[in-house]
Amino acid sequence: MLEIKNLHVAVDGKEILKGLNLTVNAGEVHAIMGPNGSGKSTLSYALAGRDDYEITQGSIRYRGEDLTAMAPEERAAKGVFLAMQYPVEIPGVTTMNFLKTALNAQRRARGESEFDAVTILKTVRAKAAVLKIPEEMLKRALNVGFSGGEKKRLEILQMALFEPSLAILDETDSGLDIDALKLVAEGVNALRSPDRAMLVITHYQRLLDYIVPDRVHVLSAGRIIKEGGKELAKELEAKGYEQIVKDAA
Amino acid sequence: MAAIETREKIAALGEKYKYGFTTDIEMERAPRGLTEDTVRFISAKKGEPEWMLEWRLGAYRRWREMTEPNWARVHYPKIDYENAYYYAAPKTGAAPKSLDEVDPKLLETYEKLGIPLHEQKLLAGVAVDAVFDSVSVATTFKAKLSEAGVIFCPISEAIRNHPELVKKYLGSVVPVSDNFFATLNSAVFSDGSFVYVPKGVRCPMELSTYFRINASETGQFERTLIIADEGAYVSYLEGCTAPKRDENQLHAAVVELIALEGAEIKYSTVQNWYPGDENGLGGIYNFVTKRGDCRGARSKISWTQVETGSAITWKYPSCILRGDDSVGEFYSIAIANHYQQADTGTKMIHLGKNTRSRIISKGISAGRAQNTYRGLVSVHPRAEKARNYTQCDSLLIGGECGAHTVPYIESRNKSARIEHEATTSKIAEDQLFYCLQRGIPQEEAVALIVNGFCKEVLQQLPMEFAVEAQKLVGISLEGSVG
Repeated sequence: MLEIKNLHVAVDGKEILKGLNLTVNAGEVHAIMGPNGSGKSTLSYALAGRDDYEITQGSIRYRGEDLTAMAPEERAAKGVFLAMQYPVEIPGVTTMNFLKTALNAQRRARGESEFDAVTILKTVRAKAAVLKIPEEMLKRALNVGFSGGEKKRLEILQMALFEPSLAILDETDSGLDIDALKLVAEGVNALRSPDRAMLVITHYQRLLDYIVPDRVHVLSAGRIIKEGGKELAKELEAKGYEQIVKDAA
Repeated sequence: MAAIETREKIAALGEKYKYGFTTDIEMERAPRGLTEDTVRFISAKKGEPEWMLEWRLGAYRRWREMTEPNWARVHYPKIDYENAYYYAAPKTGAAPKSLDEVDPKLLETYEKLGIPLHEQKLLAGVAVDAVFDSVSVATTFKAKLSEAGVIFCPISEAIRNHPELVKKYLGSVVPVSDNFFATLNSAVFSDGSFVYVPKGVRCPMELSTYFRINASETGQFERTLIIADEGAYVSYLEGCTAPKRDENQLHAAVVELIALEGAEIKYSTVQNWYPGDENGLGGIYNFVTKRGDCRGARSKISWTQVETGSAITWKYPSCILRGDDSVGEFYSIAIANHYQQADTGTKMIHLGKNTRSRIISKGISAGRAQNTYRGLVSVHPRAEKARNYTQCDSLLIGGECGAHTVPYIESRNKSARIEHEATTSKIAEDQLFYCLQRGIPQEEAVALIVNGFCKEVLQQLPMEFAVEAQKLVGISLEGSVG
């Protein structure tokens, strides 16, 4: 599904990722853990194709294709989804309208017919109910005045709606209380599937109690310094990043 | 939904300004230049009575004494008034009595503009007056309207058939010598719409005028006069387009609205004159005087404008709140892209007690455009408890454009309450990235974000036109990012 080799990424001329290697197969959930400034968000933005995240070396292959050659919206249409750490507000654009515009743009890009308003409304309502997103929220402007939990739930709703092949969750746990965290994790777990790969990026082990990963990678100073199974997350929690980084050096 | 249509429209267009075609039709013009003879020529062409000619000549003589205003934030080369044409009309012989007699080329032109004039094809519930250069070529649903007692006809016809109404109201809101462009219009105005809604009548359909400039080197000077008698209601919409030409063409219109006691007039504009190309060549100079008079108590006048076209826009639709408890509203979207310059806003003149006004202005600048909101809220001594709320929001796209807000506030009554809010923002890079990541291409994302920014104003438009206006917003900003 995803094959990253020797990836170097610079932002404003400063190298953040320094030779990252990572392979994620369909059906797997991988966690990327690391301290602040280790390059976690840079990795997620580089995968999504954000401007100013310059790939200076290495390759990213997604389902056999060169991901770096694709525009961000093309990546989205081909099934790359990034649940953002800080979802943005778009005043005056209702959440429902945004979802419809995005879903149909993706369908159009894939050469599929667009959904009519009624079909989309029904689909969104059904998926929203699972995440306990009230109807009223869909009528409000996108993310405007939403609580942290509401914003994150809306990200997961979009993931459920777009049915991506590769979902990247960037610090989805940040700013959530335990109830909201459980709800979000349930939403994510419901989307685990043999056809879908997930990359869960997090600072804390807490989220991984609820979204149990197949593999855990520790990112430090732009490189993956340690890999392991789900128990690695526990070890990190116990020892702290500093010790793990020392051990790996 | 609209954004998707916008994207399709953009893709289908190839050329940005789809109204830029010219109709090849034989024209009759007044001789080049402006003299008393030009004024006499126009008046004679319209078969006007002597009093109308005298009115025009009076305006002409005053205009000769006046100088062009230069206080607006717009820059353009000096206009050579002696070298333009002031009258151009399709050569069709006698005035057509019904649609069947209208030159098929003209019908085809309006069809192409998306304004079919055959009544059966029209939007249900919208009557259209189509003005082509200096003449009205067709007015639809006249019979149906006259059943309700509503007069909707070209102003040239009203001058002949309803002189008592025209004499009483023409120039009563915008006086002949009001300003340079209005005075010029008073001398040479050619056609436009006239509406009279009698006492207590709610006009049964939307009224609409579609202005088309076709002839080259010709100015368009339309004149619109709308009167809502006591307790009457009317909603009116105007649309405008022009061919693509390298030259600049002058458009100087005057619109007067009169609302008597308890009457309401809702006036909406979708202005899409040719804006010039991306290098600033060509485009319409749009110098327009629009004013409404809430003459009676509890009357209401509401202006809604979507200004996307024209190389230069100089326009301040205003309300004189004369009647006690009268209400004035101004909702505006002004989009300037490439080298367009827009200087637009409103004046709310509070004369009566308990008068209320509301101003919502959304200015969007892209490319190297300059966009200015200029407004006046004036509360006179007698206007006890007058209230105004003003909100001016500016959105910048890219780093080379400008947004300016020039609000004037004068209050001579201590009980008045005036609120003014202004914001300036940019389309944030993170908003665009968020849309892209969800699969929405850039042009569509800009249209979506800008339509969101304009929402409060778009909501004011009649339903039939709101969708069109949303599309127009997207198309006007094509190529503004990236």
